[in-house]
Amino acid sequence: MSTLATEGHQEMRPRSEITARELMRELGSVLRLSEAEAAKLGELPDDGDEDQTMVINMGPQHPSTHGVLRLMLELKGEAVLRCKPIIGYLHTGMEKTGEQLTFMQGGTNVTRMDYLSPLNNELVFSMATEKLLGIDGDIPERAVWMRMLLSELNRMSSHLLFMATNGMDLGAVSMMIYGWREREEVLRFFQKVTGLRMNHNFVRPGGLAADLPAGWRDDVLRLLDMLPERLEEYDILMTGQPIWRERLQGVGVITPTEALALGATGPILRSTGVEWDLRRDQPYLHYDDIDFDVVVGTYGDAFDRYAIRLNEIRESMKIVRQILDHMPEGDYRIQDKKVTPPPRARIDESMEALIHHFKIFTEGFRVPEGEVYVAIESPRGEIGCYIASDGSPTPYRMHMRAPSFVNIQCLPHMMRGGLVADAVAVISSVDPVLGEVDR
Amino acid sequence: MSDTPQDTATADSDDAADPTAVQDLHGCPLTDSRGQDVLHVSRDRWVEVVKLLADDGYAMCVDLTGVDYSRFMDRELPSGVAPERFEVVANLLDMSNRRRIRLRVQVPESDARLDSLFDVHPGTEAMERETYDMFGVSFDGHPDPSRILMPEDWDGHPLRKDYGAGAIPVQFKGAPT
Repeated sequence: MSTLATEGHQEMRPRSEITARELMRELGSVLRLSEAEAAKLGELPDDGDEDQTMVINMGPQHPSTHGVLRLMLELKGEAVLRCKPIIGYLHTGMEKTGEQLTFMQGGTNVTRMDYLSPLNNELVFSMATEKLLGIDGDIPERAVWMRMLLSELNRMSSHLLFMATNGMDLGAVSMMIYGWREREEVLRFFQKVTGLRMNHNFVRPGGLAADLPAGWRDDVLRLLDMLPERLEEYDILMTGQPIWRERLQGVGVITPTEALALGATGPILRSTGVEWDLRRDQPYLHYDDIDFDVVVGTYGDAFDRYAIRLNEIRESMKIVRQILDHMPEGDYRIQDKKVTPPPRARIDESMEALIHHFKIFTEGFRVPEGEVYVAIESPRGEIGCYIASDGSPTPYRMHMRAPSFVNIQCLPHMMRGGLVADAVAVISSVDPVLGEVDR
Repeated sequence: MSDTPQDTATADSDDAADPTAVQDLHGCPLTDSRGQDVLHVSRDRWVEVVKLLADDGYAMCVDLTGVDYSRFMDRELPSGVAPERFEVVANLLDMSNRRRIRLRVQVPESDARLDSLFDVHPGTEAMERETYDMFGVSFDGHPDPSRILMPEDWDGHPLRKDYGAGAIPVQFKGAPT
């Protein structure tokens, strides 16, 4: 192992000390050109003397950075010239932890990554594990539809929180209260179903932890009846307001080519007009049996990203209504003795069931050798889980492709030439969750 | 790796005993893992193959990460691909044909470096930094080869298998010392 601890500095350095390529990247420009090609174009953008500019740190404690994101901004007056996101302040080695936990315990770990859409994290982890086990086609129907129900409700709660934080960042402080209020309604349903508001560990390899509680349908219907009215309120409060439009339209623009090159997914990619939604384009669960629209934008600006999320809440409500019609009776988990613990009642009467229960919770189940990558559409974009197994009960390597981690690379690009005040709008419109950025 | 890509391709077509290597694509063995396409690329053709695939439609690199296989060296690989300690895994996406392909490249411990994909897919910038940070695999041609998650003066690469998981002892009030 090399004793060299680092090969470079994480912080933004003076222009004179860095290569042209690094400068271009920090300027967020000329993405697809090599250094030689860029040199042929002539001069890099002339931003004037370096003593005319100022480098300031925004974050990691700045409230609008949604956690502990730190941005180094090079400013000329109020205009942002360069931007470098510096992350890692919330790094807790969750991928390393994932290698210590069995496949059964893994859900408790991954659910804490994107803490605003925990059920999607659990879902992708469970789907990857099931694919390795070869049982991905045998999951009972009710479990599949329940997973869809929870996933869509989770998308709604996540986007509702985005409405709140986006409003707060831009000065619509009452919006913050409204957004949190509606999200709380969804979380109350989650609490009833899973026992917890967040970090549920409810979706597990093989199915779910429990069946839906009595009266769940009424709760969902109440939610669906309440929300449209509230979303109308959001429209009145924000969408049509001249101040709101002024602050978002034309801010943080990104083109489809740039978004694709940077690997951006989710609302950021869709805001540029690229119709790509894994629910429709690479359907998983039963999304191909459901009728819904993929919401896309036109200009790739912060307003489009806001409008997409607002309308995705409406699409999710449409999906949830259809799920209610489809929800079959049946088992909520696979009856495969390998992955499913015996029912509680059996433990009292059967010694074998007791041993089986004990073994599955202490040792876990063995997963055949192999490696898979499974991706689903989380509220923030493509969340993927890569698991390599060596045949033991713990993953040999568990990697999460976190959408926020990749999306954050768009920031320098979106901010170049904008104002510091717009920087807040841009960060907010990317909707990063630092828990999954740093993992 | 001793084999040239051409040798690898011929070895695969001759070797009927290897059930995993079903086809070859751009001179690299293409295997199937639970229904997913996996291409085993040699290190010297890494960027070239990714460029060829980009021309085939795989225009987006959604994920790039590493695996330290030092405790699992007898894993299943197509014949002609010699297992090394590190593997870099990239997932490419073809949106127009709605398909994915996964690339695996073997990186030896003695010379843990690989060409950067930055020129083909600028979005791999953060992912390559993360792979360097976590595994110590350097990427040649990366514009900013610094650590990304760990502090810049950190020693060691946490996701290597010889790096302990670690724990901080917790003190409880009134506990016997």
